[in-house]
Amino acid sequence: MLTTTLIAGLVLGGTYALVAMGLTIQYGIARTMNLAYGETIIAAAFGAYLIHNTLGVSPILGLVLLAPAGFAFSWIVYGLLMRPLVRRSKGGAVLEIDSILATFGLLFVIQGVMLVGFGGNYISYNYMNFGVDIFGATVAANRLLAFVLALVIGGGLYLLLTRTRWGTALRAVSVAPESAPLVGIDADRAARFGFALGGALAACGGVVVSMYQTFTASSGVIFTMKALIVVIMGGVGNLAGALSAGLILGLVETFVASYVSPGLTLAAVYLIFLAILLWRPTGLFGKARR
Amino acid sequence: MKTIIGFAVAAIAFGLLALAPFYLDAYGIGLLIGMTGYVTLASAWGLFSGRTGYVSLATVAFFGIGAYAVAALNETLPYPVILLVAAGIGLVVALIVGLATLRLAGVYFVIFTFGLAELIRQLVTWFETTVTGTLGRYIFLPLGPEHIYWQLLALCAVTLLITWWVDRSRLGMALRVIADDEVVASHIGIDIARTKIALFVISAVLITLVGAIQAPRWTYVEPAIVFNPTVSFLTLIMALLGGAARLWGPALGAIPLFILFEWLSANFPNHYSILLGLLFIVIVFLLPRGVVGLLERLRAPSAPLDQAAGTSAPAQGKAASQEVRG
Repeated sequence: MLTTTLIAGLVLGGTYALVAMGLTIQYGIARTMNLAYGETIIAAAFGAYLIHNTLGVSPILGLVLLAPAGFAFSWIVYGLLMRPLVRRSKGGAVLEIDSILATFGLLFVIQGVMLVGFGGNYISYNYMNFGVDIFGATVAANRLLAFVLALVIGGGLYLLLTRTRWGTALRAVSVAPESAPLVGIDADRAARFGFALGGALAACGGVVVSMYQTFTASSGVIFTMKALIVVIMGGVGNLAGALSAGLILGLVETFVASYVSPGLTLAAVYLIFLAILLWRPTGLFGKARR
Repeated sequence: MKTIIGFAVAAIAFGLLALAPFYLDAYGIGLLIGMTGYVTLASAWGLFSGRTGYVSLATVAFFGIGAYAVAALNETLPYPVILLVAAGIGLVVALIVGLATLRLAGVYFVIFTFGLAELIRQLVTWFETTVTGTLGRYIFLPLGPEHIYWQLLALCAVTLLITWWVDRSRLGMALRVIADDEVVASHIGIDIARTKIALFVISAVLITLVGAIQAPRWTYVEPAIVFNPTVSFLTLIMALLGGAARLWGPALGAIPLFILFEWLSANFPNHYSILLGLLFIVIVFLLPRGVVGLLERLRAPSAPLDQAAGTSAPAQGKAASQEVRG
């Protein structure tokens, strides 16, 4: 029981970490709070469902298609929706309010499109639904695969951002958007790229989620919510923070669901959030603000 | 003098509106209830969010608390006491949210309110299924639609009066300074957190009461009905269209949009939320300060730009300046 819960918690946490990494990149580099983030995740989940059920193709191959689609979609959204707002507000607080409002509208648009296309029912599909024995506990193979995928994608991204010149440029924009242009970094392009990269990660997260969880057209809000909490817990723009905070959140949620009550998972998430707000608002790994 | 005339006109308008149920059929009264409800919601939302720049996405959390409190208590307590209890619960929840988030930057508040309705919905559902064993409740109160309408109209008047008073009081002055520059505000001795929390609590209690008063319209209530996220969304659009930072702004946005939404939901039930979302994005793009803000700018074209922005747009104040690390 304990091992099973622990593994289930790690699987869920891995997904949260992956999803939150995308959001922390969008928020950290592009400086826009994207409330429609969860809708991108669910749209990709629907995409994986379609690819698996109509074409009979494995969701892993679907990833090859859906991750670039998520990238392209977010690229376009940034160009059409965010860039005019960035230009108008010249950065700072006004941009944050405008981006919150605009993506809040976008949330309803994407959700509406999915409701029209797929209806409001719970959806899932059968993929690698057999048990694997790990440390004496039986775990569904699709969950295991989901965890491995989350690790590979998240780890790859981490290396990309910390080890390459290009990743360093992105992080430079995140740390000092005003100074980045002084060393020849195109901050506008970096912002758009960061936003699109976040969208690609959201799509990956959606595919991973769809492999082992049921979802509906309206589950996006909860994902956005949890991703935001993970981002705050880990510290905005902090990839390693998002990774560990995601794992913590997944573990806590799974333990509450199996030992207390499945109806209280969101309450547990909020309790953690409240503790973070009261204790370390800059995140578990954030430096204290002056 | 101008104030007295304004009050007289408003009093006459409210008096005439109060007479409306005598001349309308049931459908007409139903429309008026919905419209008055949204005018009140949007005005109460603007009272806090329009004046502080902290975007609250939790309107339906408080609305639902009010409605569900009435549903849960309607067989055990007299009606006025239920309203008081509902307002009390709204107050306590608003205090918790405010104390936890309003001392920090705006993002924390936005994130907290974003999931608040879902949290409370799940908590109520959990409580009802595991403790009381019933999900869904009936409301049997001897209230006709006209009684609900008069109560809402009174609440609407109270909301506008509070807003008018806040704009002229020390609290309102403090808010204007905070909206312009929080650093300056704290240097001249304004307790920023307390001011914001006080205003948020007032706004939340008003929203809770709208939910409580409207609840008997449903007869049957369950968490999924009263915690419908569309309510938060509609309130937000209405207040923004009219101009959230002005006394009459939210009302000005709520009335035409309510009629539009009624028409849309009747004619395009499947594409309703897509159209709403698109409309909302258009409003954010074209009318960032609302209709009232636009009118003010058109009337004073010679005013210096930054000054006009400073006075007509506290709603565009500040959300968060969160430090970002790589």
